[in-house]
Amino acid sequence: MTTESLARYRAVDDWLALTPDGRVTVRTGKVDIGQRVTTALALIAAEELDVDYGIIDIDGVDTAVSLDEEHTSASNSVERSGQSIRLAAATARRHLLARAASALGVDPATLDVSDGIVRSATTNRSVTYWELMDGCGFGIEVDTAIAPKPAARYRQIGGTVVARDLAALVRGAAPFLHDMILTGMLHARLVRPPHHRARLAALDPAVEGRLEGGSLVRDGSFLAVVHSDEYTAVRLAARVATAAQWADNGGLDTRDIWQRLVTAPRISLPVREGDAVEEPVPPLDPPPDAAVTTLHLRLERPYVMHASIAPSAAMALFEDGALTIWTHSQGVHQIRQTLAEALGMDVAKLRLVQKRGAGCYGHNGADDAALDAAIVARALPGRPVMLKWSRGDEHAWEPYGPAMVIYVRASLDAEGRVIDWSHETFSDTHRTRPRPGHDASGPRRMLATHLVENPVAPFVPEPFLLAPLAGVHRNATPYYGFLRKRVVKHLVPGMALRTSTLRSLGAYANVMAIETMMDELARAAGIDALDFRLRHLDDARAHDVLRAAAERGHWGRAGTGEGAGRGRGLAFARYNGLKAYAAVVVDLEVDDAALVHLRRVTVAADAGQVVDRDGLALQIEGAAIQAASWTLCEQVTWDAGGVTSRDWESYPILRFDNAPAIEVVLIDRPDQPYLGPSECALGPTAAAIANAIRDATGLRLVRLPFTPDAIRAAALQ
Amino acid sequence: MGVARIGGSVRSGEAVLSGLSLCVNGSVYAIAADPATPLVYVLRNELGMTGTKFGCGLEQCGACAVLVDGASVLSCNVPAGQLAGRDIVTIEADGDSLLDAVGAAFVAAGAAQCGYCIPGMVIAVAGLLRADPRPGEEAIRAALQPHLCRCGTHARVLRAVHALSSDGGARP
Ligand code: FES
Ligand code: FES
Repeated sequence: MTTESLARYRAVDDWLALTPDGRVTVRTGKVDIGQRVTTALALIAAEELDVDYGIIDIDGVDTAVSLDEEHTSASNSVERSGQSIRLAAATARRHLLARAASALGVDPATLDVSDGIVRSATTNRSVTYWELMDGCGFGIEVDTAIAPKPAARYRQIGGTVVARDLAALVRGAAPFLHDMILTGMLHARLVRPPHHRARLAALDPAVEGRLEGGSLVRDGSFLAVVHSDEYTAVRLAARVATAAQWADNGGLDTRDIWQRLVTAPRISLPVREGDAVEEPVPPLDPPPDAAVTTLHLRLERPYVMHASIAPSAAMALFEDGALTIWTHSQGVHQIRQTLAEALGMDVAKLRLVQKRGAGCYGHNGADDAALDAAIVARALPGRPVMLKWSRGDEHAWEPYGPAMVIYVRASLDAEGRVIDWSHETFSDTHRTRPRPGHDASGPRRMLATHLVENPVAPFVPEPFLLAPLAGVHRNATPYYGFLRKRVVKHLVPGMALRTSTLRSLGAYANVMAIETMMDELARAAGIDALDFRLRHLDDARAHDVLRAAAERGHWGRAGTGEGAGRGRGLAFARYNGLKAYAAVVVDLEVDDAALVHLRRVTVAADAGQVVDRDGLALQIEGAAIQAASWTLCEQVTWDAGGVTSRDWESYPILRFDNAPAIEVVLIDRPDQPYLGPSECALGPTAAAIANAIRDATGLRLVRLPFTPDAIRAAALQ
Repeated sequence: MGVARIGGSVRSGEAVLSGLSLCVNGSVYAIAADPATPLVYVLRNELGMTGTKFGCGLEQCGACAVLVDGASVLSCNVPAGQLAGRDIVTIEADGDSLLDAVGAAFVAAGAAQCGYCIPGMVIAVAGLLRADPRPGEEAIRAALQPHLCRCGTHARVLRAVHALSSDGGARP
């Protein structure tokens, strides 16, 4: 199986190098953002080459030298980069064995490799990979038809390794972008408008005399302060903010977002087999005659933040007409073109170097911070500028995961079979990542491009059709074999707040709607929720994860039930309809103050072949916690004057007092393709929580998040 | 984009000492920063100890925790000048057997994803174990309550602390 990346980078040398120090360098366009992709890629290369995992180095991503593999996202890193590296390494190994055979004067079939030492069984002579290469490159193309090592012979993959850099990370010795220091570096902080519609009306000129030796960079309504001392820059930003007057331009739209989503102008498309199609939306027919029960559900999700623990940052240096930007962006090649357009520069004059950032979980402020830093650095040629967003900037200005409304209607026949299903999803765009395109479509997706003196036109999203990349209708099509399915996506552009890609995109809410409806249908049919799902699934892998989660999560055992305050819930999804499978069982308690206490989360997942077992489990644990946090705690709030979720008190996320015990059961599928694991557990965890609350209290909650207020409100209805 | 630069020149970072000195990881440093500067900036920028992270500057996330006289303290709001004469220990501290033990337990539990929040948590756990070598579940969660992790590493962190607590091998 070949990959898109291999079609572009055909040479073994594009992917691998044996370095003279007896190590191996692996090149990838993927960046490690805490999802341990580099650990998995190193394992794959080590396994295929028969060298130790510990001698693999992964190159940093730099537009001057690295491969362009598009964004590190959508759980596709190991699928794409991993498969490419695997084929390149297998080709390299065969090449090395052929060379060894002629160097040793033996038949290649008699050769054996371990730790990069090639031995001949017949002569007892040996030679190392590095002696064979002697500092030269391979000079051959990757054989995309080569048979890689069969899983049965794996010695490293699927085992447990210590993640790359883990020890250094734990002791603060792994440098982040935020820790970079360059000689002569200046610190910059932004003075942002109160909200994205406001523009700078006046700046009290007296403030210019109170900059303590620092300076102010202004372009239209883009305003930054710069100082050699970081904390002084922080103080100056506060001072300049008090000297700025902003024209409100009508303020933010404060009308009920969920009402707006279902009433505002929109683009509506039917979804078939996962893809949206350019056809009229079929009408919602009355339930079929055989229907004995028809249920309706309306789910509402608020805007949700990425909420990275580190505010976004970038370093930029403008020198001799060329700009270098150090960034924690997920897609340095993509954003390079956009930045060149936004800055009116020749793309050849722009170099982006990827540096370690905190987890970002999608398109957060990283790219915008890179542009911010570039604008400031251009005003201060020759001086490196480290620009960091404040916590308030991050909370108020990152592009959020969009608010959504989902309607589901489903009908059961007398045998308890789902015979009719309608799912309609309303959402603003999930796809605002800057990517090159016509008509400044990249710059339009950025932030500062709208604030500067000569702004770009507003960004107008277009519906994306194909399933694997879809946002709004990701996972809107139930994986179950229902007789009749009607799925409709409604893209509702121009809602109150700017939005983009947040981990799992539309899948979180779509899965939640499907799986809460499945719970209600099972109850209505009087069938156990596990059984009910199994009856509607004809995929053995789906059955396996459901059964595994049910077994380890004690599904069907006593101890829960309506009114008792303790509940257990189950949910399932296959991410994107074609990626990893996850089934989740949640145990929780709802106390007298309507607080939900998570006790235990059991996730069974099938992500194809397991490479880095511990890393995979950790990704899934993290997804479960993040989904729990979205579901129980999170909601972006705003008023006409701007976003009011500006710190961790006004936008709380889950803390240790409510961290559940988590068990992850991994179903390994050796010789099956890798399926990205990072998102699969989000929707099912959320739905399992909702279903467990239903079990504990009898309440079907449909407006996120499930705070005590929301639970009390539901109880009163 | 036409960019205008307004205002004075940028001061170069000449080191004029402020008269403040701080004891960090067993060494005494003469400090140039204004004593009103929060400790986190002094550690990171002046002493180059970037293991202490900045996450919010609001004492809400825990990324900036350091030990002051053995107890975990958030360093993003406390003026450095207030810590003169106190014993400050950061995540970088060499040969600190308690920090070494906590760090090793985190590695054994695989307790980091992006890792940005983790040094602060290691500090918090060291502070906890120093006061109580065998903390119970409630005490562990209370000590970690000021600490946020967006990657969702909580269960691993708890596992690491339980391992330390039950084998008692983390005594200073
Ligand atoms: S940076 Fe100090 S608590 Fe967040
Ligand atoms: S490991 Fe990423 S924030 Fe905690």
